[in-house]
Amino acid sequence: MIKIEHMSKNYGPYPAVIDISFEVLKGEIVGFLGPNGAGKTTTMRVVTGFTPPTSGDVTVGGYDVVSHSLDVRRHIGYLPETVPLYLDMSVTDYLTYMGEIRGMNASWVKERLPKVIDMVRLGEYQNTLVGRLSKGYRQRTGIAQAILHEPDVLVMDEPTIGIDPIQVVETRELISDLGENHTMLLSSHILPEVSAICKRVLVINDGRIVADDKPDDLSEKLQHAERIEVSVRGVESPAFIDAMRDISAVVDARSDQRASVLQKAQRENFSPFIVDARPNVQAAEQIAKKIVDNGWGLSNLTPLPMTLEEIFLELTTEENLGE
Amino acid sequence: MRFISVIAIKEIRTYFASPMAYVVSAAFLAITGFFFVASVSDAFAEASIRGYLAGAIFFMIFMSPALTMRLIAEEQKLGTLELLLTSPLREFEIVFGKFIAAFVTTMVMIALSMYFVIVLFVYGDPDVGPLLSGLLGLSLYAAATLAVGLFASSLSSNQIVGLVVGSGILTALTIIDFISARVTGLASEILDAFQLGASFSVFDLDSFGVAEGGHFADFARGIISLTDIAYYSSITAVFLLLTVLVLEARRWR
Repeated sequence: MIKIEHMSKNYGPYPAVIDISFEVLKGEIVGFLGPNGAGKTTTMRVVTGFTPPTSGDVTVGGYDVVSHSLDVRRHIGYLPETVPLYLDMSVTDYLTYMGEIRGMNASWVKERLPKVIDMVRLGEYQNTLVGRLSKGYRQRTGIAQAILHEPDVLVMDEPTIGIDPIQVVETRELISDLGENHTMLLSSHILPEVSAICKRVLVINDGRIVADDKPDDLSEKLQHAERIEVSVRGVESPAFIDAMRDISAVVDARSDQRASVLQKAQRENFSPFIVDARPNVQAAEQIAKKIVDNGWGLSNLTPLPMTLEEIFLELTTEENLGE
Repeated sequence: MRFISVIAIKEIRTYFASPMAYVVSAAFLAITGFFFVASVSDAFAEASIRGYLAGAIFFMIFMSPALTMRLIAEEQKLGTLELLLTSPLREFEIVFGKFIAAFVTTMVMIALSMYFVIVLFVYGDPDVGPLLSGLLGLSLYAAATLAVGLFASSLSSNQIVGLVVGSGILTALTIIDFISARVTGLASEILDAFQLGASFSVFDLDSFGVAEGGHFADFARGIISLTDIAYYSSITAVFLLLTVLVLEARRWR
């Protein structure tokens, strides 16, 4: 549905997006992941026809975003990062107006509006002025305007930013439900969000796409370091770290500074460490052997799965180093 | 066309749902009422709306930009412009819809002030010609000033900037005869050709004047001239077009 080929976008002399290509197929939910300023919003603005690309081809549903901008806009529902609302209108009036400027006729709006209000659970607030709604409900109103005209493609820019945790969970559920019958491009800088909702993740950094994969595969593919949690008794930290660094399979070792771990360690009188090792070399075995050989007490040795946050950091810092 | 009316109706509702329309109408009625009363209160005064017209066009230099300052600036500030520009709307539909809303609102104000005309017919015997030509001129003048105000509103997300720039352009076109009086020949004629119509001689209690060299003078006198109609229509068209271009340029940034 969305096809981007060698698209670049400059703001004056500054490149915001550099030669990116990807495709979002019909019915796919694609997460667009990257730190602030990576080019997510710019890419979405190009896809929605708000701003044209500097070079490259972008089509939505087969229509070019520059030459057939109006056709593209008819097929898209868009939730920009700052939820665009008229604060002095009621929810119903606002949604009716948004429907009308999307080309819906009065009877269509009348039939569709109650369904959408029900879907985003805004029923009890439908006659409230938008300006009086809490942030979470404003977000829902924003989502409602994006889906009102039954668009084929939904583009959502940071849909859960700035709302409280309970509402974040509800909003995510709502978006997941919407994903069942929409093609969706969703941006976020929060990883659990993307892995919870999306079946495919694009990681963007400094205007370039640095990864494109399923959240699980991404995790696997990038595990070129194994992280092991080790707790020992009867040794000073520097001595232990030195000993670990002597093992050829170990990349680095350091004290574990996580508050929850430290508390438990103090209570049970052991020292917690994190050891990074090369993958597939049975590092855990070597570490255990070393500890036993030295006569220290081993109380815990657990390989940690890498979280998406770490993968993300890894990806984006590598990209920086490469430049 | 449907989109233009959708936007116009929304904006008109916003005008009358907020204090804006009422406050501006009250000020308009008070100020034009003052000029009307002052101009017909002398003994043997002419039964005309000349004083009303002079006051109205002078006040519109500030009133029109005040009415339009919100229209586009606020959409930029709220981020709703992004929504409008990603809806299947063309820029000119947005601009026309908003312009029509401001124009209709101004026409409502002018209609409210029409009791002056009834008063004239009750107590005097006004000449119908200048009355009708004056009202036609006032409508054209209002359209031109609102177009300038709308253009000013499109320039930034700050409403006050819109008000100051709009009033600034209109004031410049009003005091242009101060400058044209100080140059000679072709330059003077060209400058005069741009005079908007209002004049500070409106504060002269004997004449309640409009600018003699300006495009409103004939309308006030009862003459409908094609040049004057073309002038106001051109100002309206040019500034609406500029507003459309400003919105289109936003895409290309």
